[in-house]
This record gives sequence, structure tokens and C-alpha cells, in this order.
Amino acid sequence: MNFTPDIRLFSCHYTSQQSCTEAGNELQQLGFPENIRICRVPCTGKLQEITLLKAFEDGADGVYVVGCPADACHNIKGSQRAAKRVAAVKQALVELAVEPERVAMYHLDRGLHPEFINIAREMNERIRRLGPSPF
Amino acid sequence: MIVAERKPLAEILDMVKECKKILVLACRGCVTVCSAGGEREAEILASLLRLGLKKNGRRAEVIEGSLVRQCDKEYIDAIDQWQGRYDAILSTACGVGVNFIANLRPADHVYPALNTTFLGGSAEQGVWREQCAGCGNCILHLTGGLCPVARCAKSLMNGPCGGSVNGRCEINQEVDCVWQMIYDRMGRLGRLEEMRIASPIRDWSASGHGGPRKQTRGDLTL
Ligand code: SF4
Ligand code: SF4
Repeated sequence: MNFTPDIRLFSCHYTSQQSCTEAGNELQQLGFPENIRICRVPCTGKLQEITLLKAFEDGADGVYVVGCPADACHNIKGSQRAAKRVAAVKQALVELAVEPERVAMYHLDRGLHPEFINIAREMNERIRRLGPSPF
Repeated sequence: MIVAERKPLAEILDMVKECKKILVLACRGCVTVCSAGGEREAEILASLLRLGLKKNGRRAEVIEGSLVRQCDKEYIDAIDQWQGRYDAILSTACGVGVNFIANLRPADHVYPALNTTFLGGSAEQGVWREQCAGCGNCILHLTGGLCPVARCAKSLMNGPCGGSVNGRCEINQEVDCVWQMIYDRMGRLGRLEEMRIASPIRDWSASGHGGPRKQTRGDLTL
């Protein structure tokens, strides 16, 4: 299927900080999929369930969150809170009989690492396989 | 407070499947405190409804609103502000709120989004425990403040029963035997002698077994 998924990434300022350097094209050069829209938040702990759900309402096929390592969050528990909200949305998707893999949480060290690109590709591939959102 | 939790989404979606305009109505009382039906939860539920209905091929407009409480007439009247914008109200209040809307708004369709579970409190963040069953004839003065009606699986008045083992209830090892707790607490308070007095057979008529309860305060009525 020729399908380019609409994917939304909510990433904490620290984890994605180098993705927003002045020139701003470093990510593309590293192969970050262009169909993933990044929304940078001061801390993923600030993300509410509703923010993730609204992304689906807005047409996202997949939504994921990247925050600090669970035990090394800049704001101590921010990324742990985010993981719980993602889990709640996952549960809601299950209740709606929608693939829970359409939402995901990742914990990464701060700064721009190859892993940041790798999980973007992984998410992109996963959502491409799942096909368009049923919403 | 009254503690409640959201019903399964499939059940809610089925209730409102024929509705075209749904008002998800939050309550800023008890259910806000227990994070089941306040404005935040109503916003989430409205979003889930929009997603779920769309997935099921249904078109409906879902709006959100909230009332200070849904268990007082003066606040229920405020539903007028959404007049014409809904054909059904999905209340995220406790069962009292849903009943009040049904009592006071004869033409409105109203549905419950929550299961009202018990009278209790927050034992720790994210955990609520039942403490009182609203029995209408409180005996906490006899039990050191711990309620056997709500917290003993058999609502015994003279406990513990033979199933109490190592301070746990026989229904579940996770459940404390409240009668053991009562004995321990009365002992700590130097009131163990009182435990020798057997409670007489209880008259449960005040607890709802005599039909729905009502109370009137003449000094407050208009
Ligand atoms: S309607 Fe129910 S939840 Fe809302 S304030 Fe009244 S008793 Fe509490
Ligand atoms: S004895 Fe009755 S009123 Fe008192 S706490 Fe227990 S259930 Fe509530």
C-alpha cells in the first residue's frame, strides 16, 4: 500500500534539543522521516492524555512521545508521568478496538543521538504497516 | 466523598449510538476529586467518544460542559445554557447527579458515564478505599472509628468471624480484617473491655431496606 502515515511526535526539550538548532535541517540530513511532525514540549510530564487524543482527532495515524530515561529525567519524574499517560491512551485504544501500537513511549538520553532517528524510523515503519487510522 | 469510575467505552458508545448531539456533562464535586468525572475526565471522554463514534461510522457532535454539582436543583437549572445544542446528556457525575437530571428535566435523555462505586477516600495517590456504607445508624463510637458495615465483608456487628487469619479477611488475603483492626485499635486505646459487650441484632430499616430514604430539616425548608 502506498501510504504515508501522519505521525506526531511529542518530545521533551532536552531529548530533542539538537533537532531544533538554528539551521534546523540536521534531522533531515540524518534521515529523520519527513512525515513525522515534532512538537517540542518543555517536559513530557506536562503532556496530558487529551493532548495525545487530540492528535488522533486531528488525523494522526500514530502518536509517540520521547522523553528522558525514566530514572534520569531532568524534571525527576516527568518522563515517568508521560509513560503513564501514554499507557492510559494505549488502554483507551484497546477499548476502542484499535491497535494499541499506534501510540508509544520512548525514553532516550538527552541530546540528538542516532537512537532518536532509529525510533522515528521504527515508528514510521510500524504505522505504515498498520495502515491509516480508523478514526 | 462518592467514588466512581468510568464505564467501559464500549458500553458508553452503545448507549449513545443513536445520538446526534451529545453533551458530556462534568460535575465539579466528588467525581472531580476522585478523578472520574471532572472537567478533565469529561474532556477526555468527549474526545474518546468522537473517536469511537467516528470509527463506528457514526456522525455526532460531542460538546463538553460542567456544573458546580449535579446534586442540587439550582445547578441543574444551569443546563439551560446548552439548550438546543444536545439531544442527550452523558453525565460524568455519580448516580445521584444522573437521577437529579432525570428528576428535574423530564424531556432530556440522560445517560451515566460512570459506575458509582462507594463512599470512600483517597488512601494514597491514585488509590481509593471504601469506608462507609451510609447505613443510617452509625456505630463508629462502638468500634473505635472503624466501620464494620462497609469494611467487613459480612458486615458483622460482632466480629471477627472464624475466617479471620493473621489479620486478613478470608475473602482475600489482600483485604485487612476490619474486626482485627477494631480489636487492635480498641486495645491501643485501652477500651478492650467494651468489646465484651455483644451488639444486639441490628435493625437495618434505616439503611435503605425500608425503601428510599429521605430527610427533612424543618429549620431549613422554605
Ligand atoms: S453529583 Fe454526585 S459527584 Fe457531583 S457533587 Fe453531587 S454527589 Fe458529588
Ligand atoms: S456504621 Fe454506617 S454510617 Fe457509620 S461508617 Fe459504617 S456504614 Fe457509615
